[in-house]
Amino acid sequence: MSKGMLIDTTLCVGCCMCEEACNEKNDLPKCDESDLSACKFTKVFERGDYYVRKMCMHCEEPACASVCPVGALKKLKEGPVIYYEKKCIGCRYCMQACPFQIPTYEWASAFPRVRKCWFCYDRVMAGSQPACAEACPTGATKFGDRKELVVEARKRIAENPDQYHSHIFGEHEVGGTSMLYLAAVPFGRIGFKSNLIEKPLPLLTWNVLSKIPDFVLVGGTLLGGVAWIINRRIILQDERIEEAERKRNAGEPTTRSGFFGRFGKK
Amino acid sequence: MNRKWIPKITFWRCVFALIFLMGLYVSYIRFFKGLGASTNLNDKVPWGLWVGFDVLCGVGLAAGGFTITLVVHLFNMKKYKPIVPSTVLSAFLGYNLVSAGLMYDIGRPYRIWHPMRFWNHHSVMFEVALCVMMYTTVLALEFSPMIFKRLKWEKPLRIVKSITIPLVIAGFILSTLHQSSLGTVFLIVPGRLHQLWYTPILPLMFITSAIAAGLSMVIVESYISRRAFNKRLELDLLAGVGRAVLVVLAVYCVLKVKDLFNRDAIELLFDGSHESKMFLLEMGLGVAAPLGMLAVSRIRETQSGLFISSVMVVTGFVINRLNVSITGMISSSGVKYFPSWMEIGATVFLVAMGFALFGAAVKYLPVFPEETEQETEESLRYLVPERRPVMTP
Ligand code: SF4
Ligand code: SF4
Ligand code: SF4
Repeated sequence: MSKGMLIDTTLCVGCCMCEEACNEKNDLPKCDESDLSACKFTKVFERGDYYVRKMCMHCEEPACASVCPVGALKKLKEGPVIYYEKKCIGCRYCMQACPFQIPTYEWASAFPRVRKCWFCYDRVMAGSQPACAEACPTGATKFGDRKELVVEARKRIAENPDQYHSHIFGEHEVGGTSMLYLAAVPFGRIGFKSNLIEKPLPLLTWNVLSKIPDFVLVGGTLLGGVAWIINRRIILQDERIEEAERKRNAGEPTTRSGFFGRFGKK
Repeated sequence: MNRKWIPKITFWRCVFALIFLMGLYVSYIRFFKGLGASTNLNDKVPWGLWVGFDVLCGVGLAAGGFTITLVVHLFNMKKYKPIVPSTVLSAFLGYNLVSAGLMYDIGRPYRIWHPMRFWNHHSVMFEVALCVMMYTTVLALEFSPMIFKRLKWEKPLRIVKSITIPLVIAGFILSTLHQSSLGTVFLIVPGRLHQLWYTPILPLMFITSAIAAGLSMVIVESYISRRAFNKRLELDLLAGVGRAVLVVLAVYCVLKVKDLFNRDAIELLFDGSHESKMFLLEMGLGVAAPLGMLAVSRIRETQSGLFISSVMVVTGFVINRLNVSITGMISSSGVKYFPSWMEIGATVFLVAMGFALFGAAVKYLPVFPEETEQETEESLRYLVPERRPVMTP
């Protein structure tokens, strides 16, 4: 069953307990970056009257995993998108491709890693909940089955239509994400990207990539054919010149032009 | 005779030595202190000059290689045969420098071989990596006859020559794939890449502009080689290449303009933003102006006209690739980026290495055809009196 988290920004009080729990769980060094960074997998932002937690969305069809040339990022059926440090070559295409600009890099290191929230995969597998969800005192971050969380979110909107903006961010954005957000105002107003498409991003490149085998086959055959025809023509032309000369020299008629000869003639 | 081996101290040699020292220093910082110490990259701008110029431009400018070999060996336009060795050489050097540039850019350069072992066939980058690796091999084979000729190794020479056609076909396919795929790389960032550049036909744009720029590079290289090594290609050949540039550039221009209309992005051109200015610069300098110049045969058939318009095409191409990879990505990233002096330094270092290797190859390998034109000899003799003694029968 695919897991997810429902983050209700109307309940968040900005206590930053999730941040702290996360840093502790992942042994992250102390730092005061103003955004996500190699030492902060989640961060609480003050946006107008609301607090908004930012972290990896764990997309259903993650752009980061699809672009990685060595498959160092992977979406697991349980929900988390995790990172295999040993494969990564550090091309940073994942950082470029992520529609939410989530992955960060250890810029100061000579052997840098890509860093991002990994949905506390070890805890999820052990049947408990991520550190941040457990630490949240108000229930603003709720862990559960994604499907059930969608139902729950719909229910909250239906029960309090005045309190909620009627949209679940993450339900359909870029093909859906494991993280779901609720808010009181349109999401664009509290710092969410508003120009996201609903199609999974990997489709955009796959449309092109999937045509490659055809291109190689057709292109190769076509060019091979062209090369053969042109060469055949040249050979025949030389042959004909040679023959004409011989004929003239020896004064005897010859007819050395078989099937391929006629094929090549114009 | 021995004096030949002790380099004379000239202005350019000094410049080169300085660049070399700087390159060593930058490499030390980059490989021992990390990317943060050497570049202005950050979490929001993970790709900078090294991807934009060293990789995207490097690969594109080497596109003369597959175009010319295709035309000569497959379509049998023998006239252009003299151009083949120098384009193949520069493409081969170009790809090696791209790999060197990648070593600087990727965070863990010693894992550069990983894409061969860990496959992710959903990744455009994986495809580009494999294509580039295979194509570099093809180029090495296409280039090898020059060495075999020089060493007088008959047998390997014959073997390589006998597989020319398959090599050319493989080269063509691999090139079209990865040249266009460098455009596909940016298809994953709709909403992040500026509307002026983001289009579903980015792959087509990339391959078309690469061919135009690659062919222009052939002209530029020939011109510079003449200045530097007194070796050159005949003008009518280059004018022929110029005509091809004209055609490809025209196609590219139509594609670009039509695409803007199709996506209703045309008004973005005149909104006065930084992006619109960069776009106009790219199109004006790299497409419109050279189109106008090359279309006039009187300009196209002169040395300087041809050279200047080719330089424009190449410059426009470079601006385009930097626009797609940097300018177009900056505003959505929310931070500013300008390459650090070390990023620029490493790039200059690589380009200088390219020049040096090209020069060495021209000197020791049969890259350019032996000069036949009597007039050239005459006109150049006063520069190099000892080069070819006047033979009296
Ligand atoms: S939010 Fe970004 S980093 Fe996280 S899974 Fe989606 S694409 Fe990957
Ligand atoms: S930086 Fe690493 S994880 Fe990210 S795309 Fe490149 S190889 Fe994959
Ligand atoms: S799921 Fe784990 S890693 Fe991710 S933000 Fe929460 S505590 Fe941090």
